[in-house]
Amino acid sequence: MKVVAKTANEAMAEAMRQINPDVVAAYPITPATEIVQIFSSFVHDGLVDTEFIAVESEHSAMSACIGAAAAGARVMTSTSSQGLALMDEVLYIAAALRLPIVICEINRALSAPINIHCDHSDTMNVRDSGWIQIYAEDSQEAYDSVIQAMKIAEEAFLPAMVTADGFILSHAMQRIDMLEDEEVQAFIGEHKSPYNLLDIDNPITIGPLDLQDYFFEHKRQEADAMMKAPKVIKKVADEFGQKFGRKYGLVEEYRLDDADYAIVVMGSTAGTAKDTVDLMREKGHKVGLLRIRVFRPFPAEEILNALKNVKVVGVMDRADGVNAFGGPVFMEVRAALYESEKKPDVYSFVYGLGGRDVKPVDIERVFQMIMEADKGKKIDRLNYIGVRE
Amino acid sequence: MEKEIIEIRWHGRGGQGAKTAALLFGEAALETGMYIQAFPEYGPERTGAPVSSYNRLSKKPIRIHSGIETPDIVLVLDPTLIGKVDVTAGLKENGVIIVNTKKSPSEMRKMLGVKDTIKVYTVDAYGIALDTIGKAIPNTPMLGSLIKATGILNFDHLLESVRKKLEVKFRGKGADIVDKNIQAIKKAYEETKGEE
Amino acid sequence: MKETWKELPIGAIIKEPGTSKRFETGDWRTERPVLDPEKCIHCMFCWIYCPDSSIKVEDGKMEGFLYEYCKGCGICAEMCPTKAITMVREEV
Repeated sequence: MKVVAKTANEAMAEAMRQINPDVVAAYPITPATEIVQIFSSFVHDGLVDTEFIAVESEHSAMSACIGAAAAGARVMTSTSSQGLALMDEVLYIAAALRLPIVICEINRALSAPINIHCDHSDTMNVRDSGWIQIYAEDSQEAYDSVIQAMKIAEEAFLPAMVTADGFILSHAMQRIDMLEDEEVQAFIGEHKSPYNLLDIDNPITIGPLDLQDYFFEHKRQEADAMMKAPKVIKKVADEFGQKFGRKYGLVEEYRLDDADYAIVVMGSTAGTAKDTVDLMREKGHKVGLLRIRVFRPFPAEEILNALKNVKVVGVMDRADGVNAFGGPVFMEVRAALYESEKKPDVYSFVYGLGGRDVKPVDIERVFQMIMEADKGKKIDRLNYIGVRE
Repeated sequence: MEKEIIEIRWHGRGGQGAKTAALLFGEAALETGMYIQAFPEYGPERTGAPVSSYNRLSKKPIRIHSGIETPDIVLVLDPTLIGKVDVTAGLKENGVIIVNTKKSPSEMRKMLGVKDTIKVYTVDAYGIALDTIGKAIPNTPMLGSLIKATGILNFDHLLESVRKKLEVKFRGKGADIVDKNIQAIKKAYEETKGEE
Repeated sequence: MKETWKELPIGAIIKEPGTSKRFETGDWRTERPVLDPEKCIHCMFCWIYCPDSSIKVEDGKMEGFLYEYCKGCGICAEMCPTKAITMVREEV
């Protein structure tokens, strides 16, 4: 283990180097450009054995990844925002073909208006594509999660994306405890492939037409893989924790044990929110936080368990549903809590779109609003925090 | 909130190395066992346009990820920014501001109009950079000024750390440029002036 | 009874090669090609153009059609330089 100063981009590129994938097909895009750039220099310098395919678009990047993975290669790529959107149709194919590809994703707002800064609209756009989604709180977690994701993907035979907030994490240098190359290799183990297109002794057909009589069964099977994925994710995280001391789960509870009021949040805002929770606890407020780390598969049971005794919940979404009932995380958290006996009241708070800074005072306001709602004040179900009204 | 976090804001112009200064300083602090953040503020990146970058330092892990609005220390890499950019915005009551200028600290205090509780330091970083590096690049000298004004890190450690980083950065461009930068930092450390 | 979702191989792959052989597209035909061996010069144009690999060839000689798969598209008759192939209506 060595301590270094790295941005999330640098840390994720290092994780890719240590994984040493067989193939990387990528097209650079702000703010994930550095990941591809740094990794290509690793290729140039002979530090990895990777076949690097410089493609002409993200659509091609994911298509090349699929071809390579189907041929039994260990495959990774990186993208952000419009790039992920351009991959969209191909993402569904990767998942349905059950190919264990890993994307280092940097969260950035989708156009328009054109913006390069962080929100979660890009990954929310592909939330039902069949990819595992892990949202990192900081660069250390981004690094650790990329390494875990490779192993998870190859055990669940599902593709996985690890996301880190654009600029806030991608370009912010912080302390990273890096594993040794051999430790990473030993942890991820031998590459596992669901099948191999190039195995001429056992020829197979990939991607045939699948109509009314089989398509549904194959989709049901894909859903089943996703339903079983939490077990794999937890197992891999536990093994990582035992070996390297840093513990991760599907969700992270912070000061929730006796909390009456809780916020639910993903990504880097969770760190800022933890400081805010401490601040409010000092003032005597019984507040806590639930961070969703793994959004796909959706950890409904863990969320229900963590929030079952809370009176009011504020769910913070860094993406808007635009014409939905609230932010995407809000809708699913509220649906999960429908199963609880006490049925906490749940409100939606959309924040931080296009990189709008979120400060402790913004998070405090969310807590204030849900506390007031508990005292009988009527507040809107859907609220926008930090926008000029 | 954890009061133990020290927050720093660097003001410069695109191309002056405000980001590099924050990164070099962050890495030097990390090597002393501190937790750090170093991040630029991204806007339209044009040479000459006002830019800022930031550091957070703490003995404990840093969780906060919001922008820095109430810095403890401000460094101004270009004196012509004063009056165009609000360089003292949010500066803490007992904060420190270090300006690259030929002016004295008391003259600069008047220009800035800051409270008595705020400490003002000045250094002619352009002059020093021209003398040593041969180009008016103020970022490395300002690292020396930062240490002189605040004592935030051990000076010899900073020199050693920056030397290592620059040797990598300027790989293939000769040891000369690294030495000149180190010389600039030392000179700025010596010449940074505070008020009596 | 076809397989349930639990029984199928993952990723919608087909593990057995050449399963299309079991799909007898000859059922689709309304016209069938008929060969006049007297006119055939074994130039193999029909073999090249047939989209369903339904030209029977033995020892370099055109020997007729694989009617299990021939869809009756008529491309072979169209391409035949000696008019050795004619299309005739299928009768029940």
